[in-house]
Amino acid sequence: MPLDPAISPPGTRGFRDAGGIPADQWHADQNGETLVPTHCCFCGVQCGMYLRVDKGGKVFGVEPRNHDINRMRLCPKGINAYQQVNHPDRLTAPLMRRSRDEEFEEVSWEEALDFTVSEIRRIQQAYGNDAFGLLGGASLFSEKTYLVGKFARVALRTKHVDYNGRLCMVSAAGANKLAFGIDRAGNPFSDILLTDCLLIAGSNVGECFPVMTQYLWGARDRGAVLIVVDPRETAVARTADIHVALKPGTDSAFFNAVLHVVVREELVDEAYLAAYATGWDEVKAKAAEYPPERSAGICGVPAAQIEQVARVFAGAGKAMAWHARGIEHHSQGVENCLSVINLCVATGNIGKPGAGYGTITGQGNGQGGREHGQKSDMLPGGRSIMNAEHRRQICEIWGIEESELPAAGTSMMEMVWQMRRGEIRGLIGICNNPFVSLPNYRVTKEGYDATEFHAQFDFFLSETAANAHVVFPVTTWAEDEGVMANAEARVVKHNKAQEPPAGVRTDTWVMCQLAQRLGVGDKFAFAGSREVFDELRVASSGTVNDYYGITYERLEETGGIAWPCPDTEHPGTPRLFEDGRTWHPDGKIHLQAVEWHQPMDPYDDEFPMSLTTGRTVAHFLSGNQTRRVGALVEQTPRPWVEVHPSHGFQNGDPVRVVTRRGSAVFPALVTEAIRPDTFFVPYHWPAPTAANILTIDALDPRSKIPEYKVCACRIERAESIDEVPAPPVAPGHVAYPETQVSRTDTLPPTAPQGRATAEERR
Amino acid sequence: MMGKTIFIDPGRCIGCQACVSACRECDSHRGKSMIHLDYTEPGQSVASLPTVCMHCEDPVAPCAEVCPAEAILITADGVVQQADTTRCIGCGNCVNACPFGVPKIDLEAKLQMKCNLCYDRTAYGLAPMCATVCPTGALFYGTLEELQAERPGVQVADSFAFGDVMVSTGVAMVVPADKVQWPVPGGLPVVEVNGVDVR
Repeated sequence: MPLDPAISPPGTRGFRDAGGIPADQWHADQNGETLVPTHCCFCGVQCGMYLRVDKGGKVFGVEPRNHDINRMRLCPKGINAYQQVNHPDRLTAPLMRRSRDEEFEEVSWEEALDFTVSEIRRIQQAYGNDAFGLLGGASLFSEKTYLVGKFARVALRTKHVDYNGRLCMVSAAGANKLAFGIDRAGNPFSDILLTDCLLIAGSNVGECFPVMTQYLWGARDRGAVLIVVDPRETAVARTADIHVALKPGTDSAFFNAVLHVVVREELVDEAYLAAYATGWDEVKAKAAEYPPERSAGICGVPAAQIEQVARVFAGAGKAMAWHARGIEHHSQGVENCLSVINLCVATGNIGKPGAGYGTITGQGNGQGGREHGQKSDMLPGGRSIMNAEHRRQICEIWGIEESELPAAGTSMMEMVWQMRRGEIRGLIGICNNPFVSLPNYRVTKEGYDATEFHAQFDFFLSETAANAHVVFPVTTWAEDEGVMANAEARVVKHNKAQEPPAGVRTDTWVMCQLAQRLGVGDKFAFAGSREVFDELRVASSGTVNDYYGITYERLEETGGIAWPCPDTEHPGTPRLFEDGRTWHPDGKIHLQAVEWHQPMDPYDDEFPMSLTTGRTVAHFLSGNQTRRVGALVEQTPRPWVEVHPSHGFQNGDPVRVVTRRGSAVFPALVTEAIRPDTFFVPYHWPAPTAANILTIDALDPRSKIPEYKVCACRIERAESIDEVPAPPVAPGHVAYPETQVSRTDTLPPTAPQGRATAEERR
Repeated sequence: MMGKTIFIDPGRCIGCQACVSACRECDSHRGKSMIHLDYTEPGQSVASLPTVCMHCEDPVAPCAEVCPAEAILITADGVVQQADTTRCIGCGNCVNACPFGVPKIDLEAKLQMKCNLCYDRTAYGLAPMCATVCPTGALFYGTLEELQAERPGVQVADSFAFGDVMVSTGVAMVVPADKVQWPVPGGLPVVEVNGVDVR
């Protein structure tokens, strides 16, 4: 694959010049081993990798791949991902029970499918079609997410379908659609290397998207100024030129104040606004209400720092802003994202190499997962389910009457509330684990427990699957082919590296089998991903999310194509708005004034502090996959609470974190890298050591994303630390040897990246 | 100055341990990592630092010099290999001799193990696994010229002082431009920067 020196990230030259065996062919001829090119199954960077397959056809290792996105680099999750493929915890037969009082039994596929269909029929006949819901996932290939949306509307005929991307980046999606009429990042990662000023808001890039860090620091090597807005001093914040350690939940007050200074100091690009944007007068008037002195009080940062950020960002020739869950996981997540967009547009930083905005997708297919109809209010191609013309177009492709197509349903958290109220009586979950991923665990558990029937697709028995009546064992990413869209909206292809274990089927096969039994088999006659993708291409043709020109063959040849790509000659669209036009009918950017408001969980004398949550580098989302991989468990065996030294705790002390929803006890990780008024707990673990016992199920009114990133709390000294179940160990992983180690390996790592406490290390 | 080698840049380390995981995947010691990850300012910042074998050149490999079984071999291109399994007696002399604290002893197997610069890869012109995957470039494999082409103005040190003893290494460390007279993170006093004596 050609490397463009102009956008080549640092550290790749050695590989380019490597003599001998080309890196891409390493190991290929040894011992009958083959290398299958594919991508990592985890985050939205979608690093290219090879899976090493032995002569028996089994995946047994990984080899770096010189793909455009990552240039050989991988994070610890990517390196260890292969270990889940042949993990002993894999489900290899359908599990079934008729009530939650019984134990699971392994049954035949026929029995599991027939029971599921009989329960769907029973519930829908008794309570109506909308009493059955479907929850998908954004780690599925786009073909499968398309099928989830179609299965809900055509086979189940329910309006209740949503997906776990609702917990991920829908705030950014909502803001981008409001402002630009298109829901994706404006620039490719490679543009970061061309910028003069890079602002990262609410993203712990080093731990959540480690491979993206090379672009940040590549920009810095070329002289760009790095600004990080984050309550915690993360690894990237530590190296930033300006670190704004603001109080959680105050982002839009901060960005409004930055814009205030930009206006006051006449750094606004008036010509750009006049030509390409609407709504500037309202935005300007609102920014006038946020002088830096006022926002400094709200955000807990110096007014001078706000002024400094404004001057640096607006004064740079080319500036970019990238943001992630830190500003999106809020009851004002959409507004926070809009406030960042306002800053970019007001300074004319849109649609140019090195200037623009981006949203850092959390899940592997967080971007593609919502593009083709898995989201409750959307149809394939990003069409609206409320739009009569869009409905007609899709009904024609699906071969159903428009009257048969349900209306918009509710969001993931709202569906759980409806389950709790008895409005949704049956549920199928595919590739998600809400028992860990949703906030306010008690409410989630009550909702799931209230269902009369619950089926789950997974390849491990997740905490949520353990609650189900039927569990369908399905394939991992290495056992099927399909596409994902990464954070740049670059569509990449995953390839099949091994046959699934006996008894395991693809999600596509299971949905088609269920559809056949529900009497609509003719509309689900798909033999595999390729046929689904070809229908998806047609269904997206002519829309904003146009995939028509993307084919499997082109993806193999190019290493990825960014949509929109309307025909097979089209090169794709890595950078948006180069001609200044947006996807709104008037072609303009629609700026929106943003008012800051307090987080939904109020502070008072009982709960005076902020709790914020996030990820750790070794684990992915609910941990259903990574908590089973020995190396990753060893790296980060359990959650902790980050506490500022001013609270008087020592490392490893048991600390109880209490919120209005509940409490949990964690070992303290004492660090100056967090604000004194804020505590941090990572969220990858289930109860009793779960952040989601504590977090609030308040939603953004527009995106319906939960407010994971801030709630009111207090901390207390506890007697002992809640137990964490012993982790299983994957095959291929050899536990760290009992060595005589000559230095500090066995001492507790006490910085936030260290994770394990002294107690666990012993 | 130096040929193709590993450059460690503590300023870019995010403590993700991708190097540790990658090292476990290396065929020559599969399942075991030979990399140390240290936290240099615990409790104050998230700063971290990976240490691979420094492949000492002068005095040549103290670990090999003190090995009574002559189990640690040094190749013509300066790579200090891990102990030869047919010779190592597991005495631990190498552990005590190493100024950087790198070798590890598996007491059960009576075997020393350490980073061998992924000799199975570097001998074929490939980068070691750790430097290949390092997501941030904290571990870089190449020549100094290649490093400087990608990071203009970067300064590196490959000589360190241990009391009165100066140790020159095959692996080099990136030194913050404004702190060339100071110890590099991790506390190693720098003796030379870009080949110039800075004592």
